[in-house]
Amino acid sequence: MSPRIKTIRKVINPPIVKGFKPYGPDSGKFIKEPVNLLYEEYEALRLCDYDTYNHLQASQIMCVSRPTFTRIYSSARIKIALAFVEGRQIVIEGGKIYFDSDWYACSKCNCFFNNPEKDKEIKACPLCGSNKIQMYDYEFTDITEPEINDNDLCVCPRCANKQMHEHGKPCKDQYCIKCNTRMVRKRNNQ
Amino acid sequence: MKVAITSTGNTLKSTIDQRFGRCAYFVIYDTETKSIEFIPNPNKDAEEGAGPASVQLVAAKNVNKIISGEFGMKIKSLLDSLKIQMIILKEKEKTITDIINLLDHEK
Repeated sequence: MSPRIKTIRKVINPPIVKGFKPYGPDSGKFIKEPVNLLYEEYEALRLCDYDTYNHLQASQIMCVSRPTFTRIYSSARIKIALAFVEGRQIVIEGGKIYFDSDWYACSKCNCFFNNPEKDKEIKACPLCGSNKIQMYDYEFTDITEPEINDNDLCVCPRCANKQMHEHGKPCKDQYCIKCNTRMVRKRNNQ
Repeated sequence: MKVAITSTGNTLKSTIDQRFGRCAYFVIYDTETKSIEFIPNPNKDAEEGAGPASVQLVAAKNVNKIISGEFGMKIKSLLDSLKIQMIILKEKEKTITDIINLLDHEK
């Protein structure tokens, strides 16, 4: 039977260093295999101990279940303890992860795109090549546009003169062309 | 560099497909050799798992970018780990020729 498929763990940013080396006069004496700390273990340690999230919050950030997160975290601590006690190097690499990518929007060709490679900065739109791009924060933007009902009418209560309602302009600020009274909204679908 | 575009038909005049996993055809366009290849999507009528299966199909062609109308929930993590860029184009009436012209404009 094939093993259960691992969920891909989400890592916000790659670590700033590739690993750690022991130092001191005796550090070279025990040349052993370096400890391989996986990216997901680094991320678990960062979320839990550096950003002081609890396991539940941190697991939601990494898009894994809480028990999985606890397993990743405990394996990270075992590996770090091993490196500290036995004076081994730590290499941070590997793991089933993806780096979270940022979204951009191009105002020329009206497209959205992401940047999967963090170390390269995006300067131009990948589609039309224009530089009218900006960061797009999709989590804090309400993507669903408000429903625009263009069929509504503004009605004059005195002479019943009708005119098309213009979106964004309140009817009570509009005046009837004929008798100069404030208009009232009349919804067409009602 | 290779770019995948989701298409509703297998001609250059067909429009961009708004779905990624269940689009009718994938257009693989090579920006260097200008070659265009149409691949019918076997996952068009799949009940589930169309997105990840399509990612595999497209990733096997070594593409760097995918242009589509929308990407499903499971796609982003997969494509991020494969380092493939997603481009979302919401304009439904854009044809494949339009998009290829836009891409050539880049150089």
